[in-house]
Amino acid sequence: MTLSAPSFRRAAAVALTEDEVARIRNDFPILEQRINGHPLNYLDSGATSQNPISVMEAEQEYYEQRNAAVHRGAHTLAFAATEVFESARETVAAFIGAQPDELVWTSNATEGVNLVAYAISNASLGLGGPDAARFRIGAGDEIVVTEMEHHANLIPWQQLALRTGATLRFIPVLDDGTLDLAAAATIVGPRTRLLAFTHASNVVGTINPVAELVELAHRFGALVLLDACQTVPHLPVDVAALDVDFAVFSGHKMLGPTGIGALFGKAELLAGLPPFLTGGSMITTVDMEHAEFLAPPQRFEAGTQRISQAIALAAAVDYLTETGMDRIALREAELGQRLVAGLAEIPGVRVLGPAAGIDRIGLAAFDVAGVHAHDVGQFLDEAGIAVRVGHHCAQPLHRRLGITASTRASTYLYTTTDEVDQFLAAMHEVAPFFGVKP
Amino acid sequence: MSSSELQQLYQQIILDHAKYRHGASSEPFGVFDADGAPGLRLAESHQVNTTCGDEITVRVGVRAGSGAAADAAVTDAAGPAPVIEQFVWRGDGCSISMASASVLADTMTGLTVSEAEALVTTFRELLRSRGTIEPDEEVLGDAAAFAGVSKYPARVKCAMLPWVAFEAALMQVAAASAAPAAPLA
Repeated sequence: MTLSAPSFRRAAAVALTEDEVARIRNDFPILEQRINGHPLNYLDSGATSQNPISVMEAEQEYYEQRNAAVHRGAHTLAFAATEVFESARETVAAFIGAQPDELVWTSNATEGVNLVAYAISNASLGLGGPDAARFRIGAGDEIVVTEMEHHANLIPWQQLALRTGATLRFIPVLDDGTLDLAAAATIVGPRTRLLAFTHASNVVGTINPVAELVELAHRFGALVLLDACQTVPHLPVDVAALDVDFAVFSGHKMLGPTGIGALFGKAELLAGLPPFLTGGSMITTVDMEHAEFLAPPQRFEAGTQRISQAIALAAAVDYLTETGMDRIALREAELGQRLVAGLAEIPGVRVLGPAAGIDRIGLAAFDVAGVHAHDVGQFLDEAGIAVRVGHHCAQPLHRRLGITASTRASTYLYTTTDEVDQFLAAMHEVAPFFGVKP
Repeated sequence: MSSSELQQLYQQIILDHAKYRHGASSEPFGVFDADGAPGLRLAESHQVNTTCGDEITVRVGVRAGSGAAADAAVTDAAGPAPVIEQFVWRGDGCSISMASASVLADTMTGLTVSEAEALVTTFRELLRSRGTIEPDEEVLGDAAAFAGVSKYPARVKCAMLPWVAFEAALMQVAAASAAPAAPLA
């Protein structure tokens, strides 16, 4: 994995210590809960993360002190709301190495992918004029995804292909949960107009070689959209350094509230892209037949925005930045390895994706021979351990790995080593409880 | 929740049915042919639990009650009571859904359609009771073991999945019987 060695490995940082994690946990009231008589052991941050007090306070403070419609109105509160809203954009943009006008608020990453897909669709219908001509696709053009995508980065492209007549192709996944890069080199070619792939798999934890894939796509003039849902919360990510054209991520996976996410797009690309949602707040002049649109990012933010959520997300970003993304990444890499090494010792348990010792984000999904994932999850819940079970919105990947469902434990900056060990101890009891002899 | 509560959910009878699946087809189902068995009204229903991806396909064969000609269509209420003669299923899912399908196959085979429908209603009421209904083992047989599931609202769907598929298949039979000339939906 030398080509894909994540950048945090080069940082002169040390992992968060156990003592620091213990202090961090004090900022997360929900972690004090007991579940079924046991302390909550929350190992489902890959699905949604918990919120520190500062995030909840930021949202409350907004509603108590500044609540008003942004970008309109000439009163003091409206100015205050606009100021804090745009300041949140600057914070979140800087966090991923983007300029503020390259960051579009969305409801979540799913909406970000759909925004790009529908904007391309609109361009293909001729909307957006000559500036949008570069986005037009149709029969003979190809959109490329990978076999490990979350449905959010698959179905919008399937639908775009259906609407435009373009062909959808995919880069296969190898048995070890990595992408078949040799195949990628033959699949991405002159017909490729867009390559959409995940930075890190939400199931197998693989960290994909972004630089290599971006270089491949750009060689043929194809656009790149990066699903950064599992990396922006967990690793230092710099979209400018990665040279991706678009990237999406969700706030609720990075200590923020639900209902907020963002789309990054290179300024020169957003400038030519026609809008997806239309209506108020995204126009300059309107008559009964026509409308002129604002420049990005407002062009893509129709209607009253998720103001309090954007502000709370900026508070989450502040929390992450103060803690240190490089240190969080190192800490989670350790926990991910501990999970994989511990699970691999349990008879009948098959870890999906990279083996112990190979880079992965701080999660592990696995199959227990003879015990369905849903039953594994129920058993763990009895011990207060929250994990994700099912197909994790990645049915094609599960099919590729020969299963329909798996169990996933995912960590975050507040996960203790003891919690990982408690989970592993409980996992040893699963097969005996269900009367399965491995 | 204590360990004994978890054991109430996963009663031995459920774990056994999940392992030794009665009525489960070991071969993949071929293309469904509603007219595949003379004298039997065949129907199939496929159901998916979107929460977890569990899925099941139930195929039932209903025959008109005794005295009916071998290849006669299922008769209406005025005629002999139709009987569930065949029940096969294929599925993939958690122990609760798979055991439920196994118990369902044991329970329904040989019952009249109206007896089966009444039992589906009783089972559904039990599962939706959040532990407030004491199951009547005389009526439900092995299906009474699913009473523990009613305390876990998130798992009620798992246990109901095969029953919903069965119910949908019976509705197809009823619809086809009401209009024998029309093809099965």
